[in-house]
Amino acid sequence: MLAVGTAVTLFVVVMGAVGIMRGRHRDEASIERDVPWGERFVLIAGLGVTGVILAAFFLVSVRAMASLDKQGRSTALTIDITGHDWWWEARYPNGAVTANEIHVPAGQRVSLRLRSDDVIHSLWVPQLAPKIDLIPGRLNHLWLEADKPGQYRGQCAEYCGLQHAHMIFFVVADPPGAFDRWMRAMAVPAVDPSDPLAQEGRALFLGQSCAGCHAIRGTDATGELGPDLTHFATRRTLAAGTLAVSPETLTEWILDPQSIKPGVTMPPADLAPDQVRAIVAYLLSLGFGSTP
Amino acid sequence: MKVAEEPLEELWHEEPGLGTWLSTADHKRIAKKYLYTALIFLFIGGVEAMIMRTQLAHSNLKLVDPETFNQLFTMHGITMVFLFAVPVFSGFGVYMVPLMIGTREMAFPRLNSFTYWAFVAAGIFMYSSFLIAKAPDAGWFNYTPLSDATFTPGVNVDFYALGLIFLGMAVTGAAINFITTILKMRAPGMTLNRMPIFVWGELAMQLSLLFAQPALTLASVMLMLQRHWHFHFFDPGAGGDNILWQHLFWIFGHPLVYIILLPALGIFSTILPTFTRRSMVGYTWVVLAEMATAFIGFGVWVHHMFATGLPSTALSFISIASFMVAIPSGIQVFAWLATIVSGKPVLKTPMLFILGFMVIFVIGGVSGVMAASVPFDQATTDTYFVVAHFHYIMAGAALFPTFGAIYYWGPKIWGRMLHEGWGKVSFWLIFVGFNLAFFPMHILGLMGMPRRIYTYQAGLGWDWLNLLETIGTFVMALGILATAINWVWSLRRGERAGNDPWGSDTLEWATSSPPPDYDFERIPEVRSLHPTWDQPELRDGKQPPEAGGRSLAQHHRVLATSLLDATPEAIVDLPKESLWPVWLTVGLMGFFYGALTRIGLLAAAGGLLSAVSVVAWVWPRGQTQEMCWISSRPGSPESSFRTRRRARVRSRGGGWSCSSPPRRRCSGC
Repeated sequence: MLAVGTAVTLFVVVMGAVGIMRGRHRDEASIERDVPWGERFVLIAGLGVTGVILAAFFLVSVRAMASLDKQGRSTALTIDITGHDWWWEARYPNGAVTANEIHVPAGQRVSLRLRSDDVIHSLWVPQLAPKIDLIPGRLNHLWLEADKPGQYRGQCAEYCGLQHAHMIFFVVADPPGAFDRWMRAMAVPAVDPSDPLAQEGRALFLGQSCAGCHAIRGTDATGELGPDLTHFATRRTLAAGTLAVSPETLTEWILDPQSIKPGVTMPPADLAPDQVRAIVAYLLSLGFGSTP
Repeated sequence: MKVAEEPLEELWHEEPGLGTWLSTADHKRIAKKYLYTALIFLFIGGVEAMIMRTQLAHSNLKLVDPETFNQLFTMHGITMVFLFAVPVFSGFGVYMVPLMIGTREMAFPRLNSFTYWAFVAAGIFMYSSFLIAKAPDAGWFNYTPLSDATFTPGVNVDFYALGLIFLGMAVTGAAINFITTILKMRAPGMTLNRMPIFVWGELAMQLSLLFAQPALTLASVMLMLQRHWHFHFFDPGAGGDNILWQHLFWIFGHPLVYIILLPALGIFSTILPTFTRRSMVGYTWVVLAEMATAFIGFGVWVHHMFATGLPSTALSFISIASFMVAIPSGIQVFAWLATIVSGKPVLKTPMLFILGFMVIFVIGGVSGVMAASVPFDQATTDTYFVVAHFHYIMAGAALFPTFGAIYYWGPKIWGRMLHEGWGKVSFWLIFVGFNLAFFPMHILGLMGMPRRIYTYQAGLGWDWLNLLETIGTFVMALGILATAINWVWSLRRGERAGNDPWGSDTLEWATSSPPPDYDFERIPEVRSLHPTWDQPELRDGKQPPEAGGRSLAQHHRVLATSLLDATPEAIVDLPKESLWPVWLTVGLMGFFYGALTRIGLLAAAGGLLSAVSVVAWVWPRGQTQEMCWISSRPGSPESSFRTRRRARVRSRGGGWSCSSPPRRRCSGC
């Protein structure tokens, strides 16, 4: 398509340029009112050739569409994706829940079932699949397949308000065995920390407003407004791909999310510095424990 | 019966001054107001674009906060589409259509005044939102549920919805005015197949507007009802559907692309014959292509919704229509090429602008054909690829032919030539800047950059292309500035234009520059597609009576002619300037601000003033307005047709006799 398009553009430019070069010094009196080849050229090139090229494009595109539809009918796994202002929730059939990081087995077709919790979002991983909207009140489907293990960046493509620019996620394709282990580990509840600082953080997390919005399976925190943090420490990014996870970024984020992602639902925390340090220690202890 | 003629100057003259500047019904004065206003909005929309481009020049810049950025891109879209592109083409149309079809006025001069003022008022209404920092921020497409009261509780979206309802009145009125003028007021002999292509472009544009606009007005009313009166059109929780908004918006929004494109293509096909010194090759096919585009344009709206999860069968139908709509464009491009190749191209500034547009239009058309393919579109929709595509089509169409038209028709409108050298500098700056600003967007889109993001992260490899785009935007702005300076300079110092500086073929060049208040001393009789080339007696606008020129020098009157063949049908007295259209606009403004602030009293007062103004506007006063029917030569087909259709017409046997309907005395027929 690109080649034909370039050829058409070049043809028009070259023919126009040649026409101008040759015609500039033409004697005005020699111009004929009716050019016999003119209308024929307009019809053959404009209607005929254009029509044939477009019809061919259409057939190719319909075949591609049909083939994409057909391939989507048999998939290895179905993941439920919900779009929120401004983050992504992924739920797996075995109960695993995570956010902004969709793990898939490499080399296998995966089906996504997509919903929205608030406004319209659009899921787009440029390297893996066409995009599809997540529309409140509707259920949409998309399949994707990553040939090779790796990390593929995705981003919300439908304007969804203030932080549309920071609604990033990653599709992580693991080798199939590693993926199975990941999914099993993700479904297991969080293990209580042994480190005293992290234990203090756990108490603070559950006692403060954090637990009102975030869930950590295996604890009393069951909030549903924000991302599930059960295995938070296994994630690479924070705030839907806005920051890389590290003690510093996490501290900054907890203290003042509004300066990093203005308009985000999470309120600034009214905590003393050592309290924040404890919560950060707790969150970073939320790995897979000994399971994998 | 012969009645004494009066001097046309007295019949058509309006005293200059602020009073008549407000109340004028002269299409030329109104058109100039349209053009100046639209160009001011181009400036405002351009400044918005430059702020956005500066923010995006590099990753993680914080020139404006996300809230402001979202307001900027929303208002940039609204401004460029509704307040610049559509009005600028209406402006050229209001000026040129009556001249090109050889009449003296638009069909409804006071409506013309009203539609201008309503457009300005709607623009001011929407822009007043910036005073309280609550400009519309849900995008120009304003998708629900983001735009409903839950997610946008502020008045931002009320400014949008009410402003567009208001603007819809202006646009609809203007469309009716244009369609009537074009179909019923062409000079005798200007049959449909002798109509200039720009007039065809305007006709196609205004017909599309007339049928597309109601969908947007309806959607806006429904949105207001949902936002404030607990309706649930777009609320899935109560049986509504968000997709409904998208259907309603795009069934307006896609024809809108052609509404902007068609007059632009019309300008192209009007300038081209002048600067290739020959008639358009394939005139009939170009005209058919324009009308076909307007028609097919109503069948492709769902291609904005390829990623919403609609069934594949439905998408295939829209996909094939979207491919088909490229065929008329292909016909036009090849007709232009054939005209260039078989003519003598003269590279003056107007010609440069349209040649530049041809390249841009082909690139935009090619990327548009790609986007007609469903799988390709699902990959590129809502990315910078699409931003690139529609800027090539819409910004290309709204900028290049408009600037070409400023250089081409400017001498007619202001009586002075614009400077060629500055014109060429301006063209090259705009052309290079345009491509620098918009071409890299294709690549960024394919690399994964989505639309409508206020910033992006470092390390994605997007920075340098974005910087290039920002530089391009500023180069383009310099080019526009060059034309602005050129225009101001030329108004005082430019060479005097004379009637026909370019040796063009259409009727606007058959009168002085600028034209007198009454446009033509005699209404010409047209016998060719290229009247000023083929009928030398037309050149000074004083076609002698024996050659068919008609003076109509009684009252403020024009000639109505038949729809297909432009045979004289009636003489119509037109109303003169009036302040009531202005008062109507003031009343409506009050009504809409009342609805916005929810102050019932203000809305009621505004509504009352509007009603009073409408009554006063049409109230018959001293000057009687008459319409008298002209009977044609006995025995001619249309004479018998007319006799059958309107038995009250008395034939007097002469080509120029006129009989009035019963009980209505017609003086001066």
